[in-house]
Amino acid sequence: MSLNSKPPEVVITPSRFRNPIGKYRLHRTDDCIGCGKCVELCPYGVHVIQAGHVLTKNHYRCVGPECPNPCHEACPVGALALNRNPTFDTMGDLRWTPDLLLSTWYMAENGTVPPRGLEYRIGASDGGFDRLRLVFPPAHRSQSEALNEDVDIGIYLNRRDGSSHHIRIDVPFYGGGMSYGSVSIITMLSRVRAAAAFGTFCCTGEGGYPDELKPYDDHVITQVATGLFGVREETIQRVRIAEFKYAQGAKPGLGGHLLGDKVTPAVAGMREAVAGYPLFSPFPFHSVYSVEDHKKHVDWIKTINPKALITVKVSTPTDVDMVAVGIYYAGAHIIHLDGSYGGTGAAPDIAKKNIAMPIEYAVPRVHRFLKEEGIRDKITVMASGGIRTPHDVAKIIALGADGVCTGTAELVALECIRCHNCESGRGCARGIATTDPELTELIDLEWGTQRIINLLMAWRKELIRILKRLGMKSITELVGRTDCLAHLDYMNK
Amino acid sequence: MPSKYMIDTQAAPNRFKVLTRSGIIAWEEGCLKCPVCAKRECIYGVYDNRDLDIMQMVDSIDNQCMNCLRCVQGCPKELIHKSVNPEYEALGDSYWTPEIITTLWSQAETGRIPVSGSGYSGPFSGSGFDSMWTDMSEIVRPTRDGIHGREYISAAIHLGKTPGHLTFTHSGDLDSKPPFLVDIPLPVVLRIPPFGPMGINTIKGWALAAKKLRTFLTLPYEMIDKEMVTFKECLIPSISPAQPYGDDLLEGVRLVEVPWGEKWKEIAQEIREAHPSVLISCRIPLAMGMEEMFLHLLDSGVSIINLEGTSSGRLLDDNSVFIKDAIRSIHLALVERGIRDEVTILVGGGLAMAEHVAKAIICGADGVVIDLPILIALECRMCRRCTKQLPCPVEIDQATSSWVASRTINLLGAWHKQILEIMGAMGIRDVRRLRGEAGRAIFFEDLDRNTFRSLGEVQEGYELE
Ligand code: SF4
Ligand code: SF4
Ligand code: SF4
Ligand code: SF4
Repeated sequence: MSLNSKPPEVVITPSRFRNPIGKYRLHRTDDCIGCGKCVELCPYGVHVIQAGHVLTKNHYRCVGPECPNPCHEACPVGALALNRNPTFDTMGDLRWTPDLLLSTWYMAENGTVPPRGLEYRIGASDGGFDRLRLVFPPAHRSQSEALNEDVDIGIYLNRRDGSSHHIRIDVPFYGGGMSYGSVSIITMLSRVRAAAAFGTFCCTGEGGYPDELKPYDDHVITQVATGLFGVREETIQRVRIAEFKYAQGAKPGLGGHLLGDKVTPAVAGMREAVAGYPLFSPFPFHSVYSVEDHKKHVDWIKTINPKALITVKVSTPTDVDMVAVGIYYAGAHIIHLDGSYGGTGAAPDIAKKNIAMPIEYAVPRVHRFLKEEGIRDKITVMASGGIRTPHDVAKIIALGADGVCTGTAELVALECIRCHNCESGRGCARGIATTDPELTELIDLEWGTQRIINLLMAWRKELIRILKRLGMKSITELVGRTDCLAHLDYMNK
Repeated sequence: MPSKYMIDTQAAPNRFKVLTRSGIIAWEEGCLKCPVCAKRECIYGVYDNRDLDIMQMVDSIDNQCMNCLRCVQGCPKELIHKSVNPEYEALGDSYWTPEIITTLWSQAETGRIPVSGSGYSGPFSGSGFDSMWTDMSEIVRPTRDGIHGREYISAAIHLGKTPGHLTFTHSGDLDSKPPFLVDIPLPVVLRIPPFGPMGINTIKGWALAAKKLRTFLTLPYEMIDKEMVTFKECLIPSISPAQPYGDDLLEGVRLVEVPWGEKWKEIAQEIREAHPSVLISCRIPLAMGMEEMFLHLLDSGVSIINLEGTSSGRLLDDNSVFIKDAIRSIHLALVERGIRDEVTILVGGGLAMAEHVAKAIICGADGVVIDLPILIALECRMCRRCTKQLPCPVEIDQATSSWVASRTINLLGAWHKQILEIMGAMGIRDVRRLRGEAGRAIFFEDLDRNTFRSLGEVQEGYELE
């Protein structure tokens, strides 16, 4: 019998922009005689017939040289030419290559990974995830007959005690904190509603708990961070999981910062601050100088909401393993490790690049140390900070995490192009990370919710495929299985 | 505690249009003249504020465009595209990358720390300084009121030799001579770059900056003319054996550089005798076998040693060794001998970003010497045309000294804040305590190997994905 509740439906949800961006463009000359051969041949619906004319409507679906039936070769009059789209190459970066952006958009539109033409598994950073590979046994030995329904990718979040909520999520991920103020209310709601559809959670970040989120209380994690913005007993009592944020990967050891422009009256109200003034969240907690102080924090939440699960978000210093053990003994249920290469909010470039270690190193270290302490199966380890693809999810779990927290990938599903300008002026020109009312309207809530659902459905399917290829029935079997991984730099050495 | 050191920065606009990573291509042919054109909807007003700089033949749209791609995605006839700018990609070289050059430009322009949203975008790791990360602490803070608070983090270092101990007379008075040290409030000394079309205003501007920053500018002795004499206290004249030097010019100078070479010992001796209060810094090439040179210098009483690598941060005679590793071994050798504080080590060559300063210090230097960054601060494109006697595309020699000074101060102001960020995250409040703290750094080679080395075996017939 399956433990899973029914996953949400995929509904095809195309780009909200008139011209979706593709990797290729097809140039059609005036020689075209409208014979319709390209329409007929193309497996991806790139060309269409409209009012008797043949038009190239969907450049973005073209898979380029990987096409099995290339229209441009078959056209009787040679009217079609395949070109790379110059705009494509201006997008993204080494971590989020244009291929990854487009494949994430594909997943958000269609709920499956792209068929071909795009590298959807790795980026081009040349280290960590991008040099790690999953190792599959020869095809005939894996249990490919298992039904998809029989593969369980759910995880338990409370592995510690019987007195707090007993929570299982059907997918090995929940949404990491992104505050109201750093992203729009529509973005926030889209994430929370998608989380609710999967029976998982989404964290508020440090910006208070907007009333709009109330209907989804059961799927919200409320964050208590160093600035204590918007933290109230009442909001802590509303939820099933409360998160302490000690540090975050994008700016480890540094506080949060919301520029004055983004502190609109609504944001200020939520944070009990003054509109138009920048908000600094100090680093670190001014009430915590030791593990004992940290325990007082945990006890405080448990007094206010005795059944709540406690998650503690930390960054990845050299002593992250000791930190993890301290967190466990202070009474937390979940430790959330946020590696240095992720994050969505504004951060000094020097911090993003240089401070603390990438998540690929922190997870195996913590996993091993908790095991040696004999407490690995009493705590849930969530990882984040640069998890971009379902392959990254599988890799970090094989390195020792139980699950991951999503962030940037969900913003990319809403058509973030990683221009890195979230903090300038009115905020994101694409309406994602902004508090400007006019820009916020660029996203429709139903559209945003469905795009994220589709993305996560694609991740879910891909994870099930990966587990089947590994001959596993549950994602919990993959935890710490480094034998399912190979690192290209150390092979045959 | 001395009063808090603050670098007063003020925007100093570019004189030339900067090169951008991509450019806009907008076709006119086929335009439908839509009532609301996608160009008019640009939230940054890029097309409305458009102007063409005839002199430079640059269209301002590329400088203002923030790459949101809304116009590209909005035009019904798909007439707008963006494309990678080959001129940008050709900037600099494999060490001085277009990214480094353009961020130096913007720091020199604004004096601000580069901040951006949406995570890190670069490679996983790299060579040299890129193969290490710095540590952070979850609960330790350097100061009670934040890194820019009243209680401050100090980036000051002293140049010179600290005595191992003090001796006192029976009556309790100091018996030994107090050490002669020179303090600088940030661990960075400027040096005249190895190339560039420098006019008198350029050099004056840098000297002005060194003075305002309360650090030093190292320059060839012969560059000190009548006008430069007024900046004496913040100049480090570099004396070469080939050039005779006038004794009177050294009056009032606090530091002198003598490059390693044939007659360095004689020159150093001469200066020491004529000007006992002048500190002597010896500049030696970072190369194989330099340890011996180093110890030799220590024996002859040199108190400041400036190790100089190549402009891409490597040993002069072995391109495969990075200065970061060379500094580590020298530092450790001196610590083992118990003589680390007998000398100040300054490191130069390939110091290109603020993080390099912190990392060089973690590897064991006391401070750094920078040269090319102060040229790039003046919009240098690293095209090296000047080295072939061709005209400089950004006419560096034409810039006024006050602009040169502002740009340099802005750059160092931004660096200073970034050094504080790195130290703040580590919970360290005095840069002198950062020296040699390799335990608070994470080295790629070790960590990567320890984490992944066992993931090399793949059985026959298994597939990688
Ligand atoms: S196959 Fe060629 S001629 Fe026929 S409709 Fe397509 S482009 Fe036109
Ligand atoms: S500003 Fe750019 S990077 Fe930030 S959310 Fe919007 S599209 Fe993404
Ligand atoms: S890409 Fe965006 S910022 Fe650039 S011109 Fe077009 S609309 Fe304006
Ligand atoms: S821009 Fe070119 S010519 Fe001008 S200083 Fe720099 S390297 Fe020399």
